[in-house]
Amino acid sequence: MEAGAGADASMSETVLEVEDLNTYIGQHHILQGVSLRVKRDAVTVLLGRNGAGKTTTMRSIIGLLHPARGAIRFEGKAIDRMAPYDVARLGVGFVPEGQGIFATLTVEENLRVAMHREDAASRERLKRMLALFPDLERFRHARAGTLSGGQKQMLAIARAFVNPQRLLLIDEPSKGLAPIVVEHLIAALSEVKHETTVLLVEQNFAMAEALAEQFYLVDDGRTVREGPMAALVADAALKKKYLGI
Amino acid sequence: MKRAAPTLIVLVLALLPLLGMEPRVYLTLTVAGLAMGMLIFLVASGLTLIFGLMDVLNFAHGALFSWGAYAGFSAALLLDDRAGWVASPSVLRNALALLAAVAAAVLVALVLGVVLERVIVRPVYGQHMFQILITLGATIVLEELIRIVWGPNDQVMPVPASFQGSWDVMDVIVLRVPVIAIGLGLAVYAGLLLLLHRTRVGLIVRAGVESGEMVQVMGHNIYRYFTGVFALGSALAAVGGLMWAVFRQSVSPAMGGEQLIFAFIVVIIGGLGSVTGSLVGALMVGLSYNYVAFLLPKAALGVNMALMVLVLLIRPTGLFGASR
Repeated sequence: MEAGAGADASMSETVLEVEDLNTYIGQHHILQGVSLRVKRDAVTVLLGRNGAGKTTTMRSIIGLLHPARGAIRFEGKAIDRMAPYDVARLGVGFVPEGQGIFATLTVEENLRVAMHREDAASRERLKRMLALFPDLERFRHARAGTLSGGQKQMLAIARAFVNPQRLLLIDEPSKGLAPIVVEHLIAALSEVKHETTVLLVEQNFAMAEALAEQFYLVDDGRTVREGPMAALVADAALKKKYLGI
Repeated sequence: MKRAAPTLIVLVLALLPLLGMEPRVYLTLTVAGLAMGMLIFLVASGLTLIFGLMDVLNFAHGALFSWGAYAGFSAALLLDDRAGWVASPSVLRNALALLAAVAAAVLVALVLGVVLERVIVRPVYGQHMFQILITLGATIVLEELIRIVWGPNDQVMPVPASFQGSWDVMDVIVLRVPVIAIGLGLAVYAGLLLLLHRTRVGLIVRAGVESGEMVQVMGHNIYRYFTGVFALGSALAAVGGLMWAVFRQSVSPAMGGEQLIFAFIVVIIGGLGSVTGSLVGALMVGLSYNYVAFLLPKAALGVNMALMVLVLLIRPTGLFGASR
């Protein structure tokens, strides 16, 4: 993998380390060498075309897929063989593509079910999330399935913050949302991103640019470039080659 | 209005036979139908939770129904032999005998449920064909074990003296056992609703019915819940089996298999994972079976199949099933 200009891996502590990840889905060899490092309290974005392997990388990290080869270390601990619930209990939150909300549960129930423990601290965080997202407070007792696409995405993000997360994996939060809703989403994520370390998968370049400090480019199941987001923003040829923009 | 539609359908179906029979006969059949529905509900509610949460096609559910009946049968026999509680004219002793039989059925089913889930179901999660084969295999083993332990023939279930016979309510004969079955079914329904809607465990189970994957990434060990739900479902089947034995006053090794088909029909009508759907579906099946068995006996089971097909045509996810 080539490093972009100005990349400095030793700038801050590494929270997540992924090395030469190889993951199969059935007979298909989807990831063929994904490597990345996520630094504490930063937003790192995984970029790449459709089918490049971004979502498979996220699902491998959270434990929904187990890699055939390679290593995943979270705060120095190997997690690549762990069950998803054990990875989550270490403080790794996951907002999947398509939100993954429970449609038949109310908004409040969606938030409560996400708590590892329903204690005073979690309830306090829930209150904070409801204050941060007024729509969720307004529809607190409504079934989550009745929310709009943007509100569902807000709920998915709020849900991740009811636990004290040390790393948050967010997979394509802007997918299928109207531009105005994406703007609201960027504002909301900007509010909460300082509370934890974030690994973001995003196709929407404007969103990635607004939120991320570091980037990794994934192509054909491999990480091909990395560096500071500002370097990618300035590199038109690189964007054209790997993102088609 | 949309949510109330299934209930309205049940009411209309329930009142329709009045056109073709005397009110007294209608009331007797209605009580019998409600009782049958409640007993099927006990079996189907466990099945729907197992199906909905774990995506497991558990054909051994019928065998657990039989084991519950036999465990209760043994407990009732024992209490009658040692303390005479079943034949006693005391309502309290009779009630205690029935409670002890229920407790025995539940205990045996809980142990069997945990063993079955851990040993034979867990290795085949996500593989429907293997689930069908292995749970059918377990059914054969469990039924043969019944034949070895209790013998191959039907046996008479001891029914507590106070619960035998009938009440005469305004010239309508109301059998006591069906009324007890209806009461028990309603109590179980209320208990399940409280468990699912008023407890944290219930919240996680309801979420798991929608997406087990999401529940896992939220830090909940779904397999613990699988074991718990499988054991609970087994216990419900066992209580259903015991009450069916009391209702029919007999036990037989293959009795569970006969009920399983009704339970699957009910789960499909009601919607996977919905306890309320199971109740409504079970009442529809119980009532229609009894009315049609009186008016056109040969069509009794067929009408339930037709009901299932009709519901699937109108609403493929079942009356109360969530779209997946």
